[in-house]
Amino acid sequence: MKLEGYVWKYGHDIDTDVIIPARYLNSTSPKELAIHCMEDLDTTFAKKVQIGDIIVAGKNFGCGSSREHAPLSIKAAGVSCVIAESFARIFYRNSINIGLPILESKEAAEDISEGDRLEIELETGLIHNLTKKVTYQATPFPEFMQELIKVGGLIPYTKRSIVNA
Amino acid sequence: MGMTLAEKILANGAGLTEVKPNQLIKVKTDVVLGNDITAPVAINEFNKLGVKDVFDKEKIMLVPDHFVPAKDIQSAQLSKQMRDFAREKEIKHYFEVGDMGIEHVLLPEKGLVLPGDIVIGADSHTCTYGALGAFATGVGSTDMAAAMATGETWFKVPESIKLHYHGKLNPYVGGKDLILHTIGQLGVDGARYMAMEFVGDTIRQLSMDNRFTMSNMAIEAGAKVGLIEPDEITLHYVRERAKRPYQLFLSDYDAKYAMEYEFDVTKIEPTVAFPHSPENTRPISEVGNVWIDQAVIGSCTNGRIEDLRAAAKVLSEGKVNSNVRLIIFPGTQSIYLQAMKEGLIEVFINAGAVVSTPTCGPCLGGHMGILAKGERAISTTNRNFVGRMGHPESEVYLSSPYVAAASAVLGRIASPEEVLGVIKKGEVA
Ligand code: SF4
Repeated sequence: MKLEGYVWKYGHDIDTDVIIPARYLNSTSPKELAIHCMEDLDTTFAKKVQIGDIIVAGKNFGCGSSREHAPLSIKAAGVSCVIAESFARIFYRNSINIGLPILESKEAAEDISEGDRLEIELETGLIHNLTKKVTYQATPFPEFMQELIKVGGLIPYTKRSIVNA
Repeated sequence: MGMTLAEKILANGAGLTEVKPNQLIKVKTDVVLGNDITAPVAINEFNKLGVKDVFDKEKIMLVPDHFVPAKDIQSAQLSKQMRDFAREKEIKHYFEVGDMGIEHVLLPEKGLVLPGDIVIGADSHTCTYGALGAFATGVGSTDMAAAMATGETWFKVPESIKLHYHGKLNPYVGGKDLILHTIGQLGVDGARYMAMEFVGDTIRQLSMDNRFTMSNMAIEAGAKVGLIEPDEITLHYVRERAKRPYQLFLSDYDAKYAMEYEFDVTKIEPTVAFPHSPENTRPISEVGNVWIDQAVIGSCTNGRIEDLRAAAKVLSEGKVNSNVRLIIFPGTQSIYLQAMKEGLIEVFINAGAVVSTPTCGPCLGGHMGILAKGERAISTTNRNFVGRMGHPESEVYLSSPYVAAASAVLGRIASPEEVLGVIKKGEVA
């Protein structure tokens, strides 16, 4: 699967409270959550983000609360992939479970600039920076997670294993 | 090769004789937890699975605590969805308003989480139960949904790190100060993906309330779990509450740790985390002059009876400053009642505080004490991210109940010694 889009660049330790503030957690609708995505960090994001755009950030992206509303709001805002130097544990798990592609690469996270255009090959973890004409290699997913991603997340995966049981 | 406490519990849950860090395993879940924010999302996902019943009506815990008693119409809808689901699936441990408390205070208190358990909760502070020697960790709603159906979940076995605490605590220093100090040293991703294990003579002497506070904030260092080996203090707490068998696991003497840290607690002062990160810590002596508009005492971190006693001790000596709003919220109904019996609630009200029903309330900027633009609060909660308690331009400082109460009295972040006086070495705090 190939993903392509422009980059929104953020720093280290972006927590789920700024990705989607608790005052909007009285809704579970992805559409509504998307309207407030990143609001406390960057008020322009939700207004200007285009389908396919990519978030690139530093270490520990998605730290803090377990709210799945955070990856849900990013996905519903149209973001095709999040690249970070590292992810917080629960966010990483949630993203895979709901089918939001994420990639870990320190090199990419450091080198990529706001507004760069990227092309990503998810299967191989290759990130091509079309603006800077460089390619980075992200950490590939363990086999089990590739399987999860392939079937579309944890719910289809579990459904299949329940049927097979 | 020996195994760490985390590895032992996971091996047991996976039905294996041994597990190693980074191994992917499937484990049985003893408790699956959700709240009024995360459970509705999980219920929507559960319904997509096409199964009729949950895996075990007694092992799922549903606690409406975040926006309850419902703060607005949309939150009322969320609680209703959870209530309807609990009734339809005959979930035994659903806690209605009146019975409800903050999930991570409530479940141990009711004996619903026990040593040796594997617990997943759609709430990041599920790691609180590590204090009981349970492998308890936060997950998202989809994980919760799958586990509600299957009673299983997958884990990557974490590496373990050991944190040793030695020496006698200084006056007015407790679990909150130890964990804030630790996060200040490790950073908010210092234990990312790892199991923290708190050990040493200081930990052995800590009360359960203080231990819960420490394990509660393991996630603030990025950890998967914050474990304490069960001992006499744990057993004393658990024995009268448990209604089912439990297992005590201890780390092997030759277990392997990725890192070890040593803390001489005699050097640790009451500690405060500055905005906007729990790692921005300073000892109280280096805080300087920080005026506050609000003080909050409670939450799954510090809403237990010992926390309220600490606050009451300070508030019997001084009234709430006229520039400050002090909000106190006990963790559960029984803590509330106990505080009443001990006369603590009277102390709070006489001092000019408001006392709320158990709820997450202001902790996550939900309701019952939201901050306006430019306002500043000191709080005994666990997170001080941008906008955590209200407006994105408000500020939250984290501390123990002693410091929060003293600050409420003096109107600026203050040491409890400023209200209660200096305790000399050898005197009892
Ligand atoms: S008290 Fe605060 S940290 Fe604890 S569960 Fe509630 S919102 Fe989360």
